[in-house]
Amino acid sequence: MTIKKLTLTALTALTLSATGAVSSGDEIHIHDTDFSFEGPFGTYDQNQLQRGLHVYTDVCSACHGLQYVPIRTLGDEGGPNLPADQVRAYAAEFDIYDPEKDEDVARKPTDHFPTVSGDGMGPDLSLMAKARAGYHGPYGLGLSQMVNGIGGPEYILSILAGYTGEEKEEAGTTFYENTAFPGGWIAMSPPLSGEDVDFADGHSNELHHEAEDVAAFLMWAAEPKMMARKQAGFVGVLLLTLLSVLLYATNKRIWAPVKQRAKDEASNS
Amino acid sequence: MSGIPHDHYEPKSGFEKWLHSRLPIVGLVYDTIMIPTPKNLNWMWIWGIVLAFCLVMQIVTGIILAMHYTPHVDMAFASLEHIMRNVNGGHMLRYMHANGAALFFFAVYMHIFRGLYYGSYKAPREVTWIIGMLIYLAMMATAFMGYVLPWGQMSFWGATVITGLFGAIPFIGESIQAWLLGGPAVDNATLTRFFSLHYLLPFVIAALVAIHIWAFHTTGNSNPTGVEVRRGSKEEAEKDTLPFWPYFVIKDLFALVVILAIFFAVIGFMPNYLGHPDNYIEANPLSTPAHIVPEWFFLPFYAILRAFTADVWAVQLVNWVTFGIVDAKFFGVLAMFGSIAVMALVPWLDTSSVRSGRFRPMFKWWFFLLVIDFLVLMWVGARDTEFPHDWISLIASTYWFAYFLIILPLLGVLEKPNKAPDTIEDDFNAHYGHASSDASSK
Repeated sequence: MTIKKLTLTALTALTLSATGAVSSGDEIHIHDTDFSFEGPFGTYDQNQLQRGLHVYTDVCSACHGLQYVPIRTLGDEGGPNLPADQVRAYAAEFDIYDPEKDEDVARKPTDHFPTVSGDGMGPDLSLMAKARAGYHGPYGLGLSQMVNGIGGPEYILSILAGYTGEEKEEAGTTFYENTAFPGGWIAMSPPLSGEDVDFADGHSNELHHEAEDVAAFLMWAAEPKMMARKQAGFVGVLLLTLLSVLLYATNKRIWAPVKQRAKDEASNS
Repeated sequence: MSGIPHDHYEPKSGFEKWLHSRLPIVGLVYDTIMIPTPKNLNWMWIWGIVLAFCLVMQIVTGIILAMHYTPHVDMAFASLEHIMRNVNGGHMLRYMHANGAALFFFAVYMHIFRGLYYGSYKAPREVTWIIGMLIYLAMMATAFMGYVLPWGQMSFWGATVITGLFGAIPFIGESIQAWLLGGPAVDNATLTRFFSLHYLLPFVIAALVAIHIWAFHTTGNSNPTGVEVRRGSKEEAEKDTLPFWPYFVIKDLFALVVILAIFFAVIGFMPNYLGHPDNYIEANPLSTPAHIVPEWFFLPFYAILRAFTADVWAVQLVNWVTFGIVDAKFFGVLAMFGSIAVMALVPWLDTSSVRSGRFRPMFKWWFFLLVIDFLVLMWVGARDTEFPHDWISLIASTYWFAYFLIILPLLGVLEKPNKAPDTIEDDFNAHYGHASSDASSK
């Protein structure tokens, strides 16, 4: 492609598609959901992450990879926190090509989740929960994100639960009507119908619950260090606040004689 | 160093004298730290320290990030995820660096607008102002190239659009663009040279900062009254000033720590708020994102770039006068760079004999409008170009130029300024004298 074409595409995208996306944005329905990990005090719910992993493994992984996620991180304390033997057993369920042996061998925990690509396969989900924004308002300022977060997990949940049942065929591809997808029609067939998996902890496997759990799991996959980050945030804010109090008092003390002198001179004159 | 009379470093011990006669480095540090500073500086004079801290923080976090980053189109995006997931503390470093750029620009805008309001740019501080503008330009170049390195969709398409601006220059534009990109389009050659320059430019900025400080240490700081420090004798100067250490170091540090507490809250609890979700999708030359939006700190100038479309009469006139050489696209590019150029030329555009906006009754309102104008441009820069956004950006862009090219030169003639205090000491004493008499009357 020539530079001109690229630039032209970019500029056209700026001027034209921006309006298209905005006008279709009015129809998108993203429901705010109270996830356990929202807000400064929010943490991941280990049981929910394990259930989400279950949904991902049984349903999503057929068409979507998690290529950036090392399997060993399933054992992380700030994540699903699976015991080491379960992590090893989980890794062994997937094959990987070993160039030295020239054959497929079972994965180890240090390997990543499989990369899934090819015809009819969906996009990688490693970062999906951060690559989509659920909220943009008001007036496109994104201030609602301050309260609700970027809204990636809500977007995933709304997509999974947003099928109306309508479908249409265009150029040999079937599209499914979805209230959360920009444009209203999505190429992914409804992946969840409810009761797709049986959770070990006996949690409800209705469609909405499955979707919520897998959305939470994908948030962890995209942001595995969230718990450590928030903790560092608290320690940082606390120590800096303490330091600012000390510096305030020091500053006050240093300037006191200077200000006193100014007061005296002002009252003398 | 000339400037305000003050005590200089006197080597005392034998070793100090030995070193001082060979390398007066201790004296240089002493004179820099103990520089007489106007004692009436208000809280808008703290941003310099914040900016210095930002530069150091960006260099330190950046150097560590560079140890784990791979500048290659097939590996850059994955190496970012490696930093986020596998490098010890990598996610904090990366979020500090990305949000650090935002803090850097927030502080520089506060710093610039402080200078614009209090007339800090006026003689004899024009050189300080010009160096500052060069720092600002280098910051923009660094931030732009840094945003390309994660190799997400916004990185790629932002780089395509911005380098495309240079392609709008008549005759030589396409050659310049190819030279910048290292090829016909944004590709591996672009990524490697942006990485190299992104590493280099912060050190250029550091050198410019040293010159910036040297310049205003020669003229002395400006201050909220715009009245100069008396320099007749050391005793006289000491009535107007206090040494930088400890009075202003502690004050500035207090402000810095308060700002850092807020900064840490952003990193800890909402590190992706200022980012664009599309940059978590790997760059794909075949798929253009629905919106290509620059980072927030570029938006005002991006709005000016887009404001002048082919249906604006001024653009048509210029197009006709230049026999079509300056088309709408090139006009927009000129307007964008021009909007920064007029700001750089403000020392010669402002004709008022009074330095500080505090004593300029009409100027105050026009300046207030300029701040609003800047925010409006920032908002409209992220919108589409449909009505009414096209009109808003055109009016706001026009005001930006009118402020510097028409309003400031005219105000110096038309405005009757209020009386400024005779000395900094008077201003300081009046402030604390009044404050205390209010308190005692209660």
